[in-house]
Amino acid sequence: MSQTVFAPWNDPQAKPLIQFKNVTKRFGDFVAIDNQSFDIYAREFFALLGPSGCGKTTMMRMLAGFETPTEGTILLAGQDIAPIPPNKRAVNMMFQSYALFPHLSVWENIAFGLKRDKVAKDKIAERVEQMLKLTRLEKFAKRKPHQISGGQRQRVALARSLAKAPKLLLLDEPLGALDAKLRQETQFELMDIQETTGTTFVIVTHDQEEAMTVASRVAVMDHGRIIQADTPANIYEMPNSVYVADFIGEVTIIEGRVTKSGNGYDVAFAEGAPPLHAESDKVFQNGQSCHLAIRPEKVTVSAEPPQDAANAVQGRILDIAYLGNLSTYHVELPSGQIIKAQTANTRRLSRRSFTWEDTVWLSWTATAGVLLEG
Amino acid sequence: MQRFALIALPYFWLLALFLVPFLIVLKISLSDVALAIPPYTPTLDLSGGWGAFKEFLSGLDFENFEFLTTDDLYWKAYLSSVQIATIATILTLIAAYPIAYGMANAPDHWRPTLMMLVILPFWTSFLIRVYSWVGILSNEGYLNQFLLGIGIISEPLTILNTNTAVYIGIVYTYLPFMILPIYSALERLDGSLLEAAEDLGCSRASAFWLVTIPLSKNGIIAGCFLVFIPTIGEFVIPSLLGGSQTLMIGKVLWEEFFNNRDWPVASAVAVILLLILIIPIVLFQRNEQKQREAEG
Ligand SMILES: Nc1ncnc2c1ncn2[C@@H]1O[C@H](COP(=O)(O)OP(=O)(O)OP(=O)(O)O)[C@@H](O)[C@H]1O
Ligand SMILES: [Mg+2]
Repeated sequence: MSQTVFAPWNDPQAKPLIQFKNVTKRFGDFVAIDNQSFDIYAREFFALLGPSGCGKTTMMRMLAGFETPTEGTILLAGQDIAPIPPNKRAVNMMFQSYALFPHLSVWENIAFGLKRDKVAKDKIAERVEQMLKLTRLEKFAKRKPHQISGGQRQRVALARSLAKAPKLLLLDEPLGALDAKLRQETQFELMDIQETTGTTFVIVTHDQEEAMTVASRVAVMDHGRIIQADTPANIYEMPNSVYVADFIGEVTIIEGRVTKSGNGYDVAFAEGAPPLHAESDKVFQNGQSCHLAIRPEKVTVSAEPPQDAANAVQGRILDIAYLGNLSTYHVELPSGQIIKAQTANTRRLSRRSFTWEDTVWLSWTATAGVLLEG
Repeated sequence: MQRFALIALPYFWLLALFLVPFLIVLKISLSDVALAIPPYTPTLDLSGGWGAFKEFLSGLDFENFEFLTTDDLYWKAYLSSVQIATIATILTLIAAYPIAYGMANAPDHWRPTLMMLVILPFWTSFLIRVYSWVGILSNEGYLNQFLLGIGIISEPLTILNTNTAVYIGIVYTYLPFMILPIYSALERLDGSLLEAAEDLGCSRASAFWLVTIPLSKNGIIAGCFLVFIPTIGEFVIPSLLGGSQTLMIGKVLWEEFFNNRDWPVASAVAVILLLILIIPIVLFQRNEQKQREAEG
């Protein structure tokens, strides 16, 4: 690949567009954002992921100007934004509740921001048409928000926030109400917009796949804290904590104690069972307790004992989850530990090689598992 | 059947409390004045049979309505009532909107108290409350004493027995009718809409004009009708606070009934008043209907 990788967060010279500096937000005694410092760079697609109530919307509202940090500062292009009112910020937000104006038509909702900027009439019409087309709302331009469906409303909200082509766009669950197909199309549309306009996106989503698809970086949050902010691949392959590993995708977490061995560590996880082996750059003390996180797609299922696999265990199939293209096997080891393994369904269901109660071998490489402190 | 019973009750009330009295008034308005008890003729005597009923019908005519057109007092009184009611409604709106707005934006735990304060005046007699304004507005009243005391004026202002006093009285009396519908519209207003407006580049003030006002429009319209409709026929306020030049149809009606004892003419005045009121009442109902549709 000759193209340079977009990774300004690794470049010490790069100037972040947004800087959170020790930002804390409290509502009364409740700490919604807990002393957070992080940077978001221009042209990034920054996804906030986390359970309900972890502070994602609060983060957005501080950027948009509807909440001020209790402590700390937020810098936008190097400038403290605390004193700048929302209407003076080059930031647009798509509200989680959509906040469409019920007395205005879809067309007027989208044009609202443009009219405030005193854009010429024909320019407004042109831009609104463009947005309507993008969000496939041409047919509904004249309707009022209460006359369209939930998904259509969401698209109006999206169109309205995109219309002004702001420098920073905050999208609070922009695609939650759309069907899978339209959602995917809109995701690509968003990425397109991002590439052509150079807008910086901060997006909140409950959908991991969406975060993985669109984001340049994903921030996994919990209780007002960003636990890990990294590229989707790193978040998935190299989670920094059990929380992140568990939150993103499917994973088997095995608790055990480490002993140094070769390039990595042996993990003793059950009486009598041979230890598992995992390579790791992290430093552990012998006997330290740890968690081994293994992604199910990295585990191979076989009937025969595998040849020279770093890790091989035998167990009984407890459950099979059929996902269409994939099947996830839940295999119980003699120790009671359950390990998930995923295989592609290349054959028809009726010709599946394993079924319930079968005894199978699971194997994975030394680099498949991630050792985490705990 | 149950459904029928459910509908029948309100219709019965409507019939008994509105249509029947209206028909009686209409009938009196078509009669002639007489020195009798009741002071008009003919009276309906159902025991007389068909013949008596026919005779009764032939005794009715539109004389009184014709009379109303001959004396310009009446149409001037109607016109002046509409005018006073319009101005008073606007003044009430101006006074009520900030109050309703303040209430809707007050902390949650304050709202029931504020609401009670708005309704509180209803707990004392309307007559007493209006009468007490006489004590406030008269030349020796509290207002003049106060203004003289702090030296803003050197001579007492003549407010009582002028239209100004009537406006004050109407605004004071009907304020809650304006506040409550506006408050209920503003209270339902979703705060995130204002945030969205600001986010899209509105200042606070323009967000108010572009979002708050349009979304409280139905409350404003409802409040205006609730003030305008009863104000047109208002009698107590102009007669207690107004002067001789205050011309309102309610007062005319009263004088016809009790000073002139001309029930037929008074009834004709009332019938016309009702016809005038039907327009705003129908408009009011349409507004309510539209609002229900928009919400439902
Ligand atoms: N105005 C407020 N007053 C008090 N507490 C608040 C306020 N706004 C948010 N909170 C609290 O702050 C926490 C974070 O809220 P926030 O809306 O940021 O969550 P979220 O991550 O967006 O959740 P969701 O995914 O459900 O939208 C929640 O526990 C919420 O109850
Ligand atoms: Mg939220």
